[in-house]
Amino acid sequence: MSAELEMIRVYIMGRAYEVPAGLTIMKAMEYAGYRLVRGVGCRGGFCGACATVFRRPGDYKLYADLACQTTAEDEMYIAQIPSVPAERAPWKLSELEPEENFILALYPEVARCVACNTCSRACPQELEVMDYIQAALRGDIAQVAELSFDCVQCGLCAMRCPAEIVHYHVGQLARRVYGAYRAPQAGHLAARVEEIESGTFDQELDTLQQMSRDELVEAYRKRDVEK
Amino acid sequence: MADQVRLSKVALSADFARRVEELSGQSPYRCYQCGKCGAGCPFAEYMDLLPSQVLRLVQIGDERVLDAGAPWSCASCLACEVRCPRGVDIAKVMEAVRLLSLRKGRTPFAVDEAASRRLPQIALVGITRKMTP
Amino acid sequence: MNTILYYPGCGVADQARSMEKGAREALTALDWEMQEMSRWNCCGTVYSLATDDLMRHVGPARVLARAQDAGQERLLTLCSMCYSTLKRSEQFLTADRERLDRVNAFLDDEPDYRGGLRVVHLLELLRDEIGYEAVQERVVRPLQGLKVAPYYGCTLTRPRAAGVDDPERPTVLEDLLTALGAEAVATAERVECCGAYLTASSPDVARRRAVDIARAAIAGGAELMITSCPLCQYNLDTRLAEARGSSDLRVPSVYFTQLLALALGGDPAVEEHEIDPLPVLAARGLSVEVKA
Repeated sequence: MSAELEMIRVYIMGRAYEVPAGLTIMKAMEYAGYRLVRGVGCRGGFCGACATVFRRPGDYKLYADLACQTTAEDEMYIAQIPSVPAERAPWKLSELEPEENFILALYPEVARCVACNTCSRACPQELEVMDYIQAALRGDIAQVAELSFDCVQCGLCAMRCPAEIVHYHVGQLARRVYGAYRAPQAGHLAARVEEIESGTFDQELDTLQQMSRDELVEAYRKRDVEK
Repeated sequence: MADQVRLSKVALSADFARRVEELSGQSPYRCYQCGKCGAGCPFAEYMDLLPSQVLRLVQIGDERVLDAGAPWSCASCLACEVRCPRGVDIAKVMEAVRLLSLRKGRTPFAVDEAASRRLPQIALVGITRKMTP
Repeated sequence: MNTILYYPGCGVADQARSMEKGAREALTALDWEMQEMSRWNCCGTVYSLATDDLMRHVGPARVLARAQDAGQERLLTLCSMCYSTLKRSEQFLTADRERLDRVNAFLDDEPDYRGGLRVVHLLELLRDEIGYEAVQERVVRPLQGLKVAPYYGCTLTRPRAAGVDDPERPTVLEDLLTALGAEAVATAERVECCGAYLTASSPDVARRRAVDIARAAIAGGAELMITSCPLCQYNLDTRLAEARGSSDLRVPSVYFTQLLALALGGDPAVEEHEIDPLPVLAARGLSVEVKA
């Protein structure tokens, strides 16, 4: 570590900071002195808590990504979106009829989609968000479920949408209904439920319940881990 | 303009007529009030004003037309458009009146959630677009 | 086998699948095949009538750009609302270079739309390219004696510049029916709107329109109506069935594509109706099975 740190200048929430090159936006913010309480979570790109928007010098485009997954660049303008104000429509899975037009009934703003594709361009997961909203419009919940499967619910799509759609809630609704009513039942799940109900694991569970804390820790350490 | 004579108690606005003209791309002053539009309109019987009366209020700049129900009974079917002897695309004037009304914050109606579950989506997209300012 | 790029639209892809099934069956019999666009979005359903919302043309422009990028000079539609919205947007964009450039600049994630794509309705393909004589030659189950009222609705023929036929005196559906051996019945309401999307905001207006249209069809002696739009079909079936006092006005409706498929020996893909068309067909010796 003889060489000096290469520094870059970034603008966070409108103020300039010198930070080492190569950090993620999240780490650059922390280096700059921000103590992140909201807008931070798993730090691994899975939880979707750290939505951020930024611009690069000489480029009109407004980019959106996860702060924990994006490298800070020199002269980058950065703002955090620690929370996306959006209502999840009230619904109960058991009361939804998959044949009905439930998506448009619960989220009528889906009908306002003008196919501008801004949502897809904002998606850190690189999902075809507009395509799943369009599929939702035509009631194709299988397609919505498939195209939105990797959504991390960061909400950046909803922040950028000129039609004020809350895409990630729509995708979640479609996935839940698809999973409950349309997806093929998993054979291994049924078999395992059968095993549980017939008492296959009762003895093992009883043994666990008798164990002391130390014995449990020891058993946990020695467990078989399947890769 | 300070000495203009008011013929009506209602405030009339040339700006309003101009705004409708801009937004519709149609000159309301081409209309000579023959009434052919309303005579053939499948929705005239559900309207509080005939299409020609909507045109008339626009011509004189009477913004009370923004509160009329008639533009919301218009389905943009263009029966009037193909029949107008003066070549006025009345549906575009109706659209401009609807938009100006929406942009003033008026909400003509709400689509019932339970009912919309059974409607074809093209009906919902159509009505939603018509209610988007 | 001739092929043509095809845009289904949301209605046809969902509750109006029988319209597409009928079209596919019929076109197969005529050595034509519709190739669905690999990606498509809603056309917007209603063409924007305002001068200040270019944004509403983005959806149609995206469809047109993708069709052109697929090397096509034309794009087929079945639904008359999609036909009208796409065709009018196409005309709007192609007519003004500056406008087209603005939309292309916004659509920087698509290849540029260069203008000039022809949006074609299936009725135009049948009448102008395949030809009704050729259709007539392929008829294997003539619709002999069937009295059918064509219902045009609005967007198939209006506005004139984006219609498939004369807006006041169209014959494209009557001529098709004649080619299929059916009897086309003239009715007073054939080009008058069914209420379209007002069915969502004012269902009672749609019901009363359906009653007026059905009454005119019956007065003309029709036993069946044909439509070219999923929204007309919904209003003439569901809204008519719901309407008070419609018990003696229960004239069924099917898509024109379904009758075409039936006459050409294919499956007319009749699904569940509020007002069942099967008895009418069966009475003319045209029994068909309903697919589950």
